[in-house]
Parts: sequence; C-alpha cells; structure tokens
Amino acid sequence: MTRAWLLALLFAVGSSAQATIETYTFETPAQEQAYKHLIDELRCLVCQNQNLADSNAELAQDLRRKTYEMVKAGKSSQEIVDYMVQRYGDFVLYRPPLKGTTVALWAGPFLILVIGVAVLIRVITRRRNDAAETDDAAELARVERLLAADKDRKA
Amino acid sequence: MKKYALPLIVFLVIAGFLAIGLRLDPREVPSPFIGKPAPPFTLPQLHKPDATISPADMKGQVWLLNVWASWCTSCRAEHEVVTRVAATGEVPIIGLNYKDERDAALGWLRRLGDPYKASAVDAQGDVGIDWGVYGVPETFVIDQQGVVRHKHIGPITDKSVSETILPLVRKLKGAS
Repeated sequence: MTRAWLLALLFAVGSSAQATIETYTFETPAQEQAYKHLIDELRCLVCQNQNLADSNAELAQDLRRKTYEMVKAGKSSQEIVDYMVQRYGDFVLYRPPLKGTTVALWAGPFLILVIGVAVLIRVITRRRNDAAETDDAAELARVERLLAADKDRKA
Repeated sequence: MKKYALPLIVFLVIAGFLAIGLRLDPREVPSPFIGKPAPPFTLPQLHKPDATISPADMKGQVWLLNVWASWCTSCRAEHEVVTRVAATGEVPIIGLNYKDERDAALGWLRRLGDPYKASAVDAQGDVGIDWGVYGVPETFVIDQQGVVRHKHIGPITDKSVSETILPLVRKLKGAS
C-alpha cells in the first residue's frame, strides 16, 4: 500500500517538474504538437541529461523560445532539427542518427547482449556436463566402496 | 592458467574503456563549426553602441572570439589569462558579451581591465545560439579566411593557451 502511494507521489513530482513556465500560444493544434514533440526530442546542452522541455537552464529557455519562433514562422520539424544540429551537433538530439561516428552507440548494446548470451550458454552447458560427470564418478566410487566392504565381510 | 585468461582479458578490456572514459570530459560537446566558416553577425559594440562589429571586419587576420559575461564567475577566473594573451600582442581578441547588461559589463571591464579589441553586445543570446554557445566562457580561434579552427569550452588556462591556442595561432599565421 505504502509502495503504491510512493509510486504515485513519484509520478506526481515527475510530471510537475515537466511543466514549463512559459505560456506560448499557437495558431493551430498541429503547431503546438510539433513544438511539444521538438522540445521533448532536443537535449539541453547545459544539463545534458534533460531535454529542453524538462530543463530550466537559461540556454534551454532560449532554445525553447527559438523553437517556438521557428514553429510559429511555419518551419517544418525537420528544418528546426537541422537548425539545431548545425549549431550544436548530433549531441543535441536524444536520438542521434545512425552514421559512422554513432555506430558503436547503436550497435554496442546488441553486441554486448550477444556476447553475454554466448558466455551464458557456454557456462551453463559446461556446468551441466561437469555436474553429470561428477555425479557418475561419485556414484561409481560409492558402489565400489560398498562392494569392497561386502567382500571384506564375507571373507 | 588458462582458467584465468578469460576473466583477465575481460578485466583489461573494461579497465581500458574506463581509463578512456575517465579522460573524456562529457561537458565538452564537439563543435560542428570546426573547419566551417564562422557564423556571421552584426552587433552593436559595447563601448560604442552606435558602431557595429562583425566577423567580416576581422577578415585577413587570425583572431579569437571570447564569449564572456559579467554574471559569469568562470569568466572572472579566466579574465587574467585572457589579459595575458592580449598582452602578448600575438592575436587580437574580440569579446562577445553574452546576455549581459551594458552597465554591468562596462563596470566589469573598468574594474578588471579590458583585454578586448572590441566587444559585441549579444543581449538576447541569439548570436550565441548561432555559434553553438552552451556554456560561458567559450573561446573560438578563427583564421584569416574566417574559418573556425578551434573551440575551447570553459575558461582558458595558461596551459591551454601555451599548449593549444597560441601554437595554433602561430601555425595559422605562418600558413598565410
């Protein structure tokens, strides 16, 4: 019960932090949608682990204003993203494009996953074989001991 | 022996990556402007509000653009170094007074000395955005053709000046 409450509280805090103070008005809902989407996808360069929507750093405010002005001026989302990348590089994107310099970023996790699974399979099969062998050997020794004891008794 | 080979290799690989990671500064975002023409601007000068200044005025020279503001504490720390660079007379420094108040900026320069050939006033920070500025101070090295050659993020130090900035300035001057 307490846990559920804490979780609810966490979400409440999270969403209130997302609320920004600016009140920008848009002519069409599509523009507003585009603006919201953009500030979600663009990274705040100062705080680095926040997007523009979440950040209250001065630069983030300026970039939100810039985004707003460009949306208002009828620029397409792609044009606005290009504008930002031209100035701040791919780093400004939370989803960097797949190209030479970002291959490691995109392929890395999958590569590590493949290696991890391979190692896991190897460890499991080896352990199973080892376990089987030891069981047999131990069993054999026990039987031999019993037989020897039996022979001793008869003798 | 063979039993320890694999964990040892894994350890060395991870240690290698972590060692590289330790040396990287995540705050340093590589500038997309290196090797590209400096973004143009025309801004009023701090000392002469009626006169303007533009990177085009500096064509034919190697020069530094130093982004500063009176509210920026690191700029205060950097100021002595900038002053020393200006004193060498090797390279003219243009200031970009970023999102500052004119009076505060003028007072700051009066108090601490003015190493700048001129300072451009970027009150709204629009030129800052055009130059990809995200943390003040920042320093750009621009060559005779108006191409950005180097960007230093954060305060310049005597070390970065003597090891990177001035050698680059000399090299660019020699190349002309």
